[in-house]
Amino acid sequence: MSSKPSLSNEFVKGLWENNPIFKQVLGTCPTLAVTVSAINGIAMALATTFVLVFSSLIVSLVRKLIPTQVRIASYILIIATFVTIVDLVMKAQFPELSKSLGPYIPLIVVNCIILGRQEAFASKNSPFRSVIDALGMGSGFLLALFVLGSLREIFGSGTILGLQVMPNFYEPWLIMILPAGAFLTLGLLMGLSNFYVTHKKKIEKENIIQEYLKIKAT
Amino acid sequence: MLETKQNPTYKLELTSSPHIHSRWSTMQAMWLVVIAIIPTVIASVLFFGFYQLLIILVSVGFALGTEAAIKAMRKREITIKDGSGLITGLLLGLIVPPNFSLSSTALGAIVAVAIGKEVFGGLGYNIFNPALVGRAFLQAAFPVPMTTWAQPNFAADGISSATPLSAFKFDSIITNNQSLVLGNIGGSLGETSAIAVLIGGIFLIAIGVVNWRIPVSTILSLFLFASLFHTIDSVKYATPMFHLFAGGFLFGTFFMATEWVTSPLTAKGMWIYGIGISLILILIRIFGGLPEGVMYSILLMNGFVPLINKFTRPKTFGKVK
Repeated sequence: MSSKPSLSNEFVKGLWENNPIFKQVLGTCPTLAVTVSAINGIAMALATTFVLVFSSLIVSLVRKLIPTQVRIASYILIIATFVTIVDLVMKAQFPELSKSLGPYIPLIVVNCIILGRQEAFASKNSPFRSVIDALGMGSGFLLALFVLGSLREIFGSGTILGLQVMPNFYEPWLIMILPAGAFLTLGLLMGLSNFYVTHKKKIEKENIIQEYLKIKAT
Repeated sequence: MLETKQNPTYKLELTSSPHIHSRWSTMQAMWLVVIAIIPTVIASVLFFGFYQLLIILVSVGFALGTEAAIKAMRKREITIKDGSGLITGLLLGLIVPPNFSLSSTALGAIVAVAIGKEVFGGLGYNIFNPALVGRAFLQAAFPVPMTTWAQPNFAADGISSATPLSAFKFDSIITNNQSLVLGNIGGSLGETSAIAVLIGGIFLIAIGVVNWRIPVSTILSLFLFASLFHTIDSVKYATPMFHLFAGGFLFGTFFMATEWVTSPLTAKGMWIYGIGISLILILIRIFGGLPEGVMYSILLMNGFVPLINKFTRPKTFGKVK
């Protein structure tokens, strides 16, 4: 047990180090399609997180009962149950949001992040750990969708969460709320995050060399 | 042995290929292109007023500024002297509508250089023509201002505020050939005057800066495709001359399609590329929803260039299959 990473690590890795969008590049279809505004991004991420957490919990609980040959089908069945719950609740409680997200709520069933976590994590770990992992991944997804949605909303409509942030003379760039804007924004964000990571690694490497030289000198 | 060492003229040069070099260095060639664009700039100022010069200057300034800023950020040598940023800025300035907003022009120039060129690694690595990337961005970002055409200075009647292509497509109005050649028509800054574009284009071909095969193949094939449609139904489809002189075809084919980085390397490839541009263009113009498609046809064929290069690679001398 001591070799396993700490619980806080299990949570944090989903936020940055293993971020489902920027690092694993999973679930890009809903990411690109629904992030025309920040609120859409948040709603999508929360719905996905809900499904992710509960299916991780159930899959982890029954992981020893499922025969290996039919595991994918079983996971899908469990995921689909929770997606149906989300879909019906959203239709009843937030009809407008549900309409603007359209088919992407039912499509959470085939979101690679969820199936990926069941296969890679929940089927091998304890229920508690799986829930923490799912929460981390969900938060990472939320972070990515919120940033993407906000940027596209700011430039594409001049607002954020419906509040005017750009001056009145600002002419919205329609391209940002079109699919092309989604690809451009996601690509540039990924480039930035990669740039940051390589930069950090380079500094770390230089520090190690400096330390080695110091030790060598003494 | 000793003799050759002492006399440097006998030195045997051993370098890897290519052994045939262009007459011009990159920098010289870029400046020659700038010279070739001057008639078009003059024509645009003549037809649309001095404000257009401001658009071009803003475009050039922001293109160069973006290039310098990105090079500085990446801690690379600042290469704005090679003229490629200057050309991108000039071309972008010439393919926006007259009286276009200066801030939008600046945005287009930033996108053209940053996303069209520098994200791929700078000059020589870009897949798509940077100026056209900038224009495609502007077209998608500001669709209404990008299709609002000012009336040229010497317009005889009110209809000229639409481009000849959209007038033909939506209202079946045919613009006469004389206006099309001179440029006394609505349209983007640089595309209206066919004669000014032709002067610059022929100059570039004559001094060997651009390869003649690309303009010749696009012009010939567009003429052929347009004639074919015109013979089928001469009322519904415009004349081949109209297709050649209207819109941005000539400007695109001489200054955009021939860009060295984004066009094929082999002679056969250039013919395929040219015919492809014309084919996509005629399909967009005749069957598409838009009146004009030079930008998209060149960008699409830019995407095919690596494939064309792969399949038209010359056989190694002496190699048996």
